[in-house]
Amino acid sequence: MLNQWIPDPLWLGIAQAAIALVLALLVLLVLLVTIARFNATTGTTAGDRLGQDTLMALARGLIQIILVGLVLGLLLDQALWTGGVMLLVMMTFAANIAQRRARGTPGAFGVALVSIAGGAGSVVALMTWLGVIEPTIASLIPIGSIIVAGAMQSCGQALDRLQGEVRAHSAEIEAGLALGAAPSTTMAPFVQAAMLASLIPRLDILRSLGIVWIPGIMAGMILGGIDPIYAALYQFVIMALVFATATLTVCLTMVLMQKHFFTPAEQLSAEASPSTRG
Amino acid sequence: MPVKQAAVILATQGLGRQVGGKTLVDAIALALHAGEIVAMIGPSGSGKSSLLRLLNRLDEPTSGTVLLWGEDYRTLPPRQLRSQVGLVMQQPYLFRGSVADNIRFGPRQRQMLLDDATVDGLLDSVGLTGYGQRDVKHLSGGEAQRVAIVRTLANQPHVLLLDEPTSALDEASEQIIERVLVGYVSQQQAACLLVSHRPEQVQRLAQRVLSMDRGHLTAIEETMEHIYAESMDP
Repeated sequence: MLNQWIPDPLWLGIAQAAIALVLALLVLLVLLVTIARFNATTGTTAGDRLGQDTLMALARGLIQIILVGLVLGLLLDQALWTGGVMLLVMMTFAANIAQRRARGTPGAFGVALVSIAGGAGSVVALMTWLGVIEPTIASLIPIGSIIVAGAMQSCGQALDRLQGEVRAHSAEIEAGLALGAAPSTTMAPFVQAAMLASLIPRLDILRSLGIVWIPGIMAGMILGGIDPIYAALYQFVIMALVFATATLTVCLTMVLMQKHFFTPAEQLSAEASPSTRG
Repeated sequence: MPVKQAAVILATQGLGRQVGGKTLVDAIALALHAGEIVAMIGPSGSGKSSLLRLLNRLDEPTSGTVLLWGEDYRTLPPRQLRSQVGLVMQQPYLFRGSVADNIRFGPRQRQMLLDDATVDGLLDSVGLTGYGQRDVKHLSGGEAQRVAIVRTLANQPHVLLLDEPTSALDEASEQIIERVLVGYVSQQQAACLLVSHRPEQVQRLAQRVLSMDRGHLTAIEETMEHIYAESMDP
């Protein structure tokens, strides 16, 4: 309906974004009213900041994505290496977001950066070289950003799970250390558990592909008039790349993060062990 | 003719640990000799477990140090130190797998594989004959505690640190463990520091008794009678 009234693509996009925004705000309003009624009944203050936080997130998301659109528009005619630089910048931001899941463990940013760059960077570079990703800015940045985002999620989950395992099993880890074992030996079962837990969501996405949801790339290609079979195959390519990246990133995160839970004298660090007992 | 003094295996020099401004252990000076069992008593939270963790170097001292065979323990590789200064924690944390896997764990870290006969012998000594292939998931608390003790003994440590090792055991099992400990200390000429809340156990096993309170050693006595006599003084 909208495209009949607004033929210009820019104004059409603005109108579509405005409608989506209004919908999101209406849903938020309903939620806030429900929470306010609940709080009035129970005397609690839960969710007081939800409205403010959601408005900020919506505004931030809108501004960020418009900026990305502008930058993409500027970069489309530039050399391929500028796309690589843009992906590196994305990886730095992704590492900063992922490291928050490690909640104060020293060295988490460095680990996240190396893991995301190692996982996403190697997959993007190899696939671009092989021609699976078209060596153009228009292909490299959108597909690269999907892969970097996947690496960020996997890295964040790996950091969160590993820290959870270490905190939950600090006594078992120390029992191994007390017998003269290396930190990596005592950590092995918990690293394995954290690794599997971090990869399960990615496996579930692969399993449900096409049945539970039709992801964005395929939907976009079909909307753009591409043959649905090719769009489906290319979507699978992207999902397989995201899975490969996730596995690489999780492995790197586990290997690099382990040592940060220990002191040089092979004791569990203060963040990992409540060693204040009497 | 002078009485020959047994060799000091482990000694502490002004050993202390503070965490976040709280003193857990302060200025501890003690020596453990070959072939002796020293008991440590004191109320909960007095720093007994913290001291054992420092001696095994699971925690780092914030003051002072520990000497093992006269050598500052910070100069030793931590794994080597911990295999020589064995710690049995109050709560027995066993590793997934069989009882035999647990007993072989310590020596395996030094590329030593205990044969079946050695594992069976260790299990026999604590009344767990035939338990080698059992999954640790199916052990009672008392059985797990006994496995934890022989798992540490399998490393043949020079110093044994025991944090209430028989707290989960019945009287019969407690006596078995006590016999094993006395036999090990005597045969290996090891030193043993035993935290216990049971006066009768301390009486039965210890040659000396240390008393701790609020992170400090408040008394070092030759026998339990001295401790009780002092506490009865007006």
